[in-house]
Amino acid sequence: MTRKRLLIAVAALIGVMIGLGGFTFVYARGFSYLTNNPEACANCHIMDEHYAAWRKSSHHTVAVCNDCHAPHDFVGKYWTKARNGFWHSFYFTTGTFPDPLRITPGNREITEQACRYCHAAITEMIDHTSNAHDADERLRCVRCHRHVGHWVR
Amino acid sequence: MTKERNGAGRLVLAAIAAAAITLLVALLLTNIFERQQEARNPFYRVVALTDTTVDPAVWGKNFPLQYDDYRRTVDQVRTRYGGSEALPRTPTDADPRTVVSQSRLEEDPRLREFWAGYAFAEDFREERGHAFSLTDQMFTGRQAAAAQPGTCLHCHASMYVAYKRAGNGDLIRGFETLNPLPYAEALERIGARHPIACIDCHNPETMELQITRPGFIEGIRALRASQGQPDFNVNTSATRQEMRTYVCAQCHVEYYFQGPEKRLTYPWAKGLTADSILAYYEENGHKDWTHAISGAPVLKAQHPEFELFSQGIHARSGVACADCHMPYKRVGATKISDHHVRSPLLNINNACQTCHHATEEELLSRVHTIQDRTFELRNIALDAVLDLTRAIGREKADSASTRVRAAQNYQRKAQFLTDFIEAENSMGFHADQEAARILALAINYARLGQAALRGEPVTPPAPARTAPPQVVTPNSGSRR
Repeated sequence: MTRKRLLIAVAALIGVMIGLGGFTFVYARGFSYLTNNPEACANCHIMDEHYAAWRKSSHHTVAVCNDCHAPHDFVGKYWTKARNGFWHSFYFTTGTFPDPLRITPGNREITEQACRYCHAAITEMIDHTSNAHDADERLRCVRCHRHVGHWVR
Repeated sequence: MTKERNGAGRLVLAAIAAAAITLLVALLLTNIFERQQEARNPFYRVVALTDTTVDPAVWGKNFPLQYDDYRRTVDQVRTRYGGSEALPRTPTDADPRTVVSQSRLEEDPRLREFWAGYAFAEDFREERGHAFSLTDQMFTGRQAAAAQPGTCLHCHASMYVAYKRAGNGDLIRGFETLNPLPYAEALERIGARHPIACIDCHNPETMELQITRPGFIEGIRALRASQGQPDFNVNTSATRQEMRTYVCAQCHVEYYFQGPEKRLTYPWAKGLTADSILAYYEENGHKDWTHAISGAPVLKAQHPEFELFSQGIHARSGVACADCHMPYKRVGATKISDHHVRSPLLNINNACQTCHHATEEELLSRVHTIQDRTFELRNIALDAVLDLTRAIGREKADSASTRVRAAQNYQRKAQFLTDFIEAENSMGFHADQEAARILALAINYARLGQAALRGEPVTPPAPARTAPPQVVTPNSGSRR
């Protein structure tokens, strides 16, 4: 008898959790994060400047956020979105992050590969350093072409 | 029985877990809600601000985030060559301060000789934040050492409203009225005593930047006139980015008190560089005091941050004072400029990394390299000037001789140029090569002074060298 009441209580609690969670997900426009729409990345105000700069950049007609910041295969793309989504939410909610933002080494590598994905014909002819052991010695597109995506400053 | 209890236990655990997750989700929800509200309303107008609202606490009701940061200028934090250290002090009736900053005279006793005969040799401490600008001036030992005029308040108190009142609505007339009064009397006249306040830089209606200091209004007009732009009105003609430097340049500049009216004057009519300022003083013959050791008619340079910065690479690249000393920062969903005005070295992430993509350690070490080199040069220059000063002092009895007079004149130049970098608050960082050039000029003048004292022939200082003559090749042709 007590067990049955307990079960009902737990079920109710889980129901509240799902309900509130669902509401929060919708309220925070959670579905938009599953899309490719760049506006979703600026849902959170931290990306306002980057979004505004991207709209004025040379790449805005050919590439959206995900084209450069997520891998080009299905699993890699959603794994990256999930991983970054979690950590971005975590840090932006707790407020413990450096500002101006700095890209993490892993995400920089994704961007580097994105440049090379579209511009392979050119980069393969330029780059003789891709076998370098030290990551810092490798040629990186954005070392010079820093302005093409979103030049905040 | 145990099986049932185990099942019940698991259920309780599940309930606790569900409750904890629900709690976290609710926290997240309220956080998102809060941020969205913040983004919707950048500020709330709670009180009406007018052209006579001096008290920053009233402005703070409309702008609590900026006000919070503004109040943080009480912080005392050291950097390698600047910043201030909070030292406890036993208050007296004459000076009720319980905390002061470190004495520069004790840090470097050569400065007592350098400024011998002037109030700075009595008391000179590292500057504290804006919050202390008025208190530290009211109680500095320099007040006791020499009578100070009301002019000093121009930069140490919030003066806009006070000047307007003293001048019956006319800012410049109020400035002229308060300048010649004794300091204590002027202090009585200003009414509410505030250090640098909101209204000194902001228009109370629009929050746009505005210039309120008569000294700068007149100084920048003289400078622009020398550049072929007569009748420059800074409040209507300067760009927003210029204003983000000019509001600071209202006070962080070289100045002197002109004539018996003690009119605060910025010596920019010949240009902003240290040597053009020196040329200005040479032309009008102004001296701040007679040096006690050498009898030379010398000048005191005063925190020429704007002048030195204007010669540097950051100014040339369009950076304003506020970009590094009041960088943008995020508070929740809003972005404000940091009103905790301080050294960028205490805030490298916001101040430097917006433009410079290097680590904080690397950026700090770049700054320290510049400052260490300037400090070494400054020490050499200081020794050179003091050697000359003492040498003249030994022959002072013969002060009518042309040898001594020539040497005293060289000391005046060397002393001013050395002091220009010594008094400037960036230890060369604001324009590193310019600082080195000024100190080299100073050392050269000290050398010339010593030679003049010995009656030896000297190589006169070369006029400012410009680029070497262009090689004319058949292809490039002559552009003239």
